[in-house]
Order: sequence, then structure tokens, then C-alpha cells
Amino acid sequence: MSVRPILIRGGRVVDPSQGLDRPMDVLLADGTIARLGDDLDAPEGAEVMDAGGKLVTPGLIDVHVHLREPGGEHKETIASGARAAAAGGFTTICAMPNTEPAIDTAAAVGFVMAEGQRAGSTRVLPVGCLSKGRAGQELAEVGEMVDAGAVAITDDGSPVMDSGLMRLALEYSLNFGIPVADHPEDVGLSRDGAMNEGLVSTRLGLRGKPNASEDIHIVRDLLLAEFTGGHIHLQHVSTAYGVEAIRQAKARGVQVTAEATPHHLILTDEAVEGYRTEAKMNPPLRTAEDRDAVREGLRDGTLDTLATDHAPHHYDEKEAAFDDAPNGIVGLETSLGLVLTHVVGEGLIDLSIMVERMSLAPAQAFHLSGGTLAQDSVADVTIIDPDLEWTVDPKTFLSRSSNTPFAGWTLKGRATTTIVDGRVVWSL
Amino acid sequence: MSHEGSPLGKDLVGIEPLSADQIRMILDTAEPFKEISKREIKKVPVLRGKTIVNLFFEASTRTRVSFEFAEKRLSADTVNISSSGSSVVKGETLVDTAKNLEAMAIDMVVMRHGASGSAKFLADRIPSNVVNAGDGRHEHPTQALLDMLTIRDNLKTLEGLKVCIVGDILHSRVARSNIYGLLKVGAEVAVCGPQTLLPFDIGSLGVHVFRRVEEAIEWADVLNVLRLQLERMKGGFIPSLREYNRFFGITNQRLEAAGKDILILHPGPMNRGVEIDSDVADGDQQVILDQVTNGVAIRMAVLYLLAGGRPESAEAAKAGGAA
Repeated sequence: MSVRPILIRGGRVVDPSQGLDRPMDVLLADGTIARLGDDLDAPEGAEVMDAGGKLVTPGLIDVHVHLREPGGEHKETIASGARAAAAGGFTTICAMPNTEPAIDTAAAVGFVMAEGQRAGSTRVLPVGCLSKGRAGQELAEVGEMVDAGAVAITDDGSPVMDSGLMRLALEYSLNFGIPVADHPEDVGLSRDGAMNEGLVSTRLGLRGKPNASEDIHIVRDLLLAEFTGGHIHLQHVSTAYGVEAIRQAKARGVQVTAEATPHHLILTDEAVEGYRTEAKMNPPLRTAEDRDAVREGLRDGTLDTLATDHAPHHYDEKEAAFDDAPNGIVGLETSLGLVLTHVVGEGLIDLSIMVERMSLAPAQAFHLSGGTLAQDSVADVTIIDPDLEWTVDPKTFLSRSSNTPFAGWTLKGRATTTIVDGRVVWSL
Repeated sequence: MSHEGSPLGKDLVGIEPLSADQIRMILDTAEPFKEISKREIKKVPVLRGKTIVNLFFEASTRTRVSFEFAEKRLSADTVNISSSGSSVVKGETLVDTAKNLEAMAIDMVVMRHGASGSAKFLADRIPSNVVNAGDGRHEHPTQALLDMLTIRDNLKTLEGLKVCIVGDILHSRVARSNIYGLLKVGAEVAVCGPQTLLPFDIGSLGVHVFRRVEEAIEWADVLNVLRLQLERMKGGFIPSLREYNRFFGITNQRLEAAGKDILILHPGPMNRGVEIDSDVADGDQQVILDQVTNGVAIRMAVLYLLAGGRPESAEAAKAGGAA
């Protein structure tokens, strides 16, 4: 690859992998971090970027996005999702396999890889299905999918109801060194719930999903991970009890990583008031007590990974009665601004921990390159203006969908340049 | 149609947003309209020239007919649209239904729909007045209003009365609207039913919860006995109808044991021998048919007020003036 070297000059480098948080220059060449230091000279032909007043971080990584292709191209494509990710400051995203058809073979994994490369934007890495056809019956061909590029397996979108199958997945994944990601939900308990089961659902007359429906599968997964030695990655944890159960399992040495989403860190089920379908997702927004526990889990590292669960839906689908609307919100283009404003900005975590949760920890959990600005590592870099105020306007999204409860919110902080493999894929 | 002058605002989507004064105003406005239904010629020109669409996405006979009588007695032009099942299943979305109605320049829509929040959804999207005739498990405001009117007719007041709603509270829009309304006007409210059919922490709405129907009867001045949807048994919420009747049915034996007068309401249609025994349903404490009669008057009052009618002019309106 022949790209011009890039010298990022004078930015505040925040790289928890090396314990760095100070102004430095970063030189990118040949797709790698060539040098990190003070007052670096620009090599001949290099592009020099002035990053004064800005943050320079290892590229942000989102291990949980839905790109809808194949089968749901009216909501999102791999290319549009990758561009939305780039605009949000992400250099790598992991695409969930609940497409139509599902990504449950090496050939399908290859399709996602190829489309991601063709998009030439943020790096798209496929997550393969845990079970054939996401049917929850038999293991998919995990080894072949990993050979083709899959970085994890999951039946996300649906929980794995058969505990025996989850045991097999955790065991088999050990042969290939990948995590098993799970959407923890006992559907016997959540039935056809449309929101959190609580005071708001009682008042609105909407069917509820109780915390217990999530907690039971979190605990089950932790027990199975402990028993098998496999790596469980718990997705979008939303309950206070779930956070505590993961905290205790980590203390026992269980191989577990876990996600917090921006919306579960910031909103509660009150956001559903008025039957707002843009606040409908699964797991649902829960109570203030749960939200506070998720925040504490993110702070102390119990929830080590920040992920968006980017879930685009066409506006027609969300413009419906609450029961009839699909679950999910887009997140790639709002995540960083929300976290800077409402998590870092409110003093819950500092910038270094934010970069750890949004870059280093996800890279480690899914064994990805990136997550660091150490010399010779991949040249994935995000440059962030922490003081830039902007208003969320879904009309300007690069995503094909605009289903967000954060429309009209004023946020402070935004990615201004996103660099993948030493190449600028997006700049403000 | 202008709703600037309506003392209720543009729509009636629920009881929860109403004030106690607005509730009392609707009940008071219904009083003069009761008399119209007793006339030889049951028609006044209050809503002449207005078009009302009765949009029923769920099967309903009594509510739809009650609204239709109310509309016709106020001289409105009415159109009934019934469709079983969800409109989404049929292929047309609720938003397209709304747009079509808007394009036909109708004045009011009375809607029943299986999804909670659907009435507000429609009300937010069309300029016509929307009256909620039942949205999912959420609210059924005119039912609660007619229940309150019936209680007030019989016991002279609502304030300080003890009203217990018995049965499937979880799936009941009637229960929610009654709870909101009765509490606002100063009644005490309780619920009683199988715990599987009570919503999460219902007590937080300000109601008492009785586990045994005998205790509820002991406490109450009024029982509002809800219909047990027979499909709930298939959903596994109760083991059998027989057992439901044994533990939660309103029977003469239980009423006699309480040794006092208790007013019995039922929104209908009844499952005799399940939630209510025939000797109670036909007995002298029940006011079930009064509810049906009052339903027409309440709906006339609601339509009249939404159309901009003044509560103090209702007496004159029934004599022949337009709203």
C-alpha cells in the first residue's frame, strides 16, 4: 500500500496501552505507527496534520454493530455502516451475523469481509453465527468461519435458549481462540415484552421484560464459562444484578468480558413515555438504579467494553404503534459524543479509561489488531476535538437509518479525523 | 374543526392526562344528555354536518354501537370501519390509515386498536379529534367515565368511596382508566385478582391490593368485576376457569357473607359462572344495564365537549342548538 506518511503534530496523545496522556507527535507510515515522540520531523512527502487542542487516540473499536446486509439493505449496507462508523471515530467494527441469510458459513463470512474491503472505510470484521441458521440447534462451522475471518461467534438478535448448546459453543470456541458473544435473555420470561417491566410499563399498559429475564442468562453464561474455561462475552448488559454477577465472576477468574451501551449508560425507561419507538430496544432501557449500576460497572471495569449495538431500522418500521415497532437504535455516529458529554463530561471516567473501554479492551476481548499506538502496531488512529459542540441531527447521518432517541441533543466532543491502516477514511 | 374552544383539548386519549375538574365536567355534561335517549325522537342537531369515523381494529359490539348511538343522536354523519387483527397484518400501517383519514377531512375519529399507545399515535398525526375507544392494555377512558357516572348516580358521590376492581388487571385497559379516574376524584381504589394477572408493582399507582376476594368484598363499597378473557387460560395465567370462579368469582354467597350493600359493576360482556355468577348478574345489587345506558350519555358528552361545546350549554344544546 502506497499512502503518504502522516505526521500528527501536537495532539494530546491518550493511549492507555502505554500509560500515555500528554502532547506528542505521531508518525504513521506504511500502515503502521512508525514513531511516537516529541517534535518529530516530517518525512519527505508526508501529510502534516495539526492536532493542537485535540486528542489523538488509538482508533475506536465497536464490537457490536448490525449492518443489515445481506437482506436488510433498506436499513443499512456494509458500506453505509462502515462510513457511519468512520464518521463516529471508529476504525474497526464487528458486524453481527443476524442478517438474511444469516452469516453462518465461511462463504458468508467471506462476503462480509469482501464488502467491507470494497467499502474502503472503517475496517469491518464479521462475527459468525453460533448455530446453523441461528436456529439454536446445532453448532455452525465455527472453525471454517474463523479461518475465513470471523472474530467471534454469536446468535445475537436471539438468545441461546439451550444451555447445552451454549456449553458446546464455549468448549468448541477454545480450539479457535475466539469469544462466544451472547445476548442474555430468557425468552420464556420476557415473552413478547416491549419494554422494561416496571412502573412505566404498568402505567403505559405495555408488556414488560423483567430484569430477571436477562439476569438468569447472565448467570447461566457465567456458570458455563467457569465450567468450560471458555470465553463468554456478554452483550449490552442492562441490569444492576447482571453487573454485580459479572463483577463477582471476574473476581473468581472466569473468562468474561462484557459490554455497556451508551443508551443504557444515559437513559432510563422513562424515555419510553409517550410511546416513543425511538427508545425501544432490546434489552430495554431500565430503571435509574440499573442505569447507575451500569455506569459503576463501566467505571470499575466490570463492563470493560463500550459498544453501541448499532441497530438501524427504516423510519417506516419505527413509525408504528409501540408494540409493532422493531427493537434497536443507531449508535455509531452518536456514541463518542454521548460518552464524552455524559460519561466523561460528568466525571464518571477520565479520558484514559474512555479510550480503554472504546479501543484497548474491545481489541483485547476480540483479539483484534489496534487498541494501541505502540510503535509498529496498525496505524488506526482517531483524532477528537473534545471541545466541539454539535447537535445531533439524524438527517446528516451517513447511516441509512436515523432511529435515535438522541435527536436534537447538544453534545460536546466529536471525532474530526479517522485513520484506518494509515489512510484517512473520514474527516470533519 | 377547531378544538381551540374545547375544554378537553383536541383529543380524549386517556383519563391519566385529565384533571379532576375535567372528569367532573364530563360527568356533569352527560347528565342532560341522558334524557335525550328517553325521548320519542332521540336526536338533537348538536353535531350536524360533522363526520365521525368509528375505526375499530378489534372486534367490539357494545362499545362501537354505544358510540354510534351517541353520534347519531347528536346528528353526526358516521362511518364504521372494522377490521379484525392488526392493520400491520393487513398491510396498511397505522400511519397510512391516519393519512387517509386526514385526506378525507373528517372531523373526529373514534378508535379501538390492539396496541397500547395507538390512540396517542393517531392523535399526534391528524388534526381531527381522536377519541380512544380502547388502546391495547392502556386505557379505555369512556368506559371509566361511564362507570364513574353509574357509581355517582347510585351512591350520590365518588369522593371517599371504596372501589375494588376484580379480575385480570394486567391486560385491562378498563382497570387502568378506572384507577386513574377514581383516584383523581377522591375515591379509594383496590384491585384483587390472581397475582399472575396483576401488573408489576400496581400498588405504586396508589391502589390497595387484596389477595383474597373475600377481603376485597369486606372492604369495598363498589365492585367493578372485569371480564376474564377466556384466552388467558391458554396463556397459562390461570389453571382453569373453574378454579378462577372458585377463588375469585363474585357469588351471592360471598356477597351475603359481607352482610352489606355493595354496588356491582361489570363492563361486559359477562362470562356467567366465571367471574360473576348469574344470581349476582341478575341480582338487585348490580347496575350493569345502567352502565350501558350511561355509556351513550357519556359518549355524547365527550363528543360534544371535544367539538367545542360548553358544559354549561349542554342543557340548551339538547333543546336544539348546535355546538
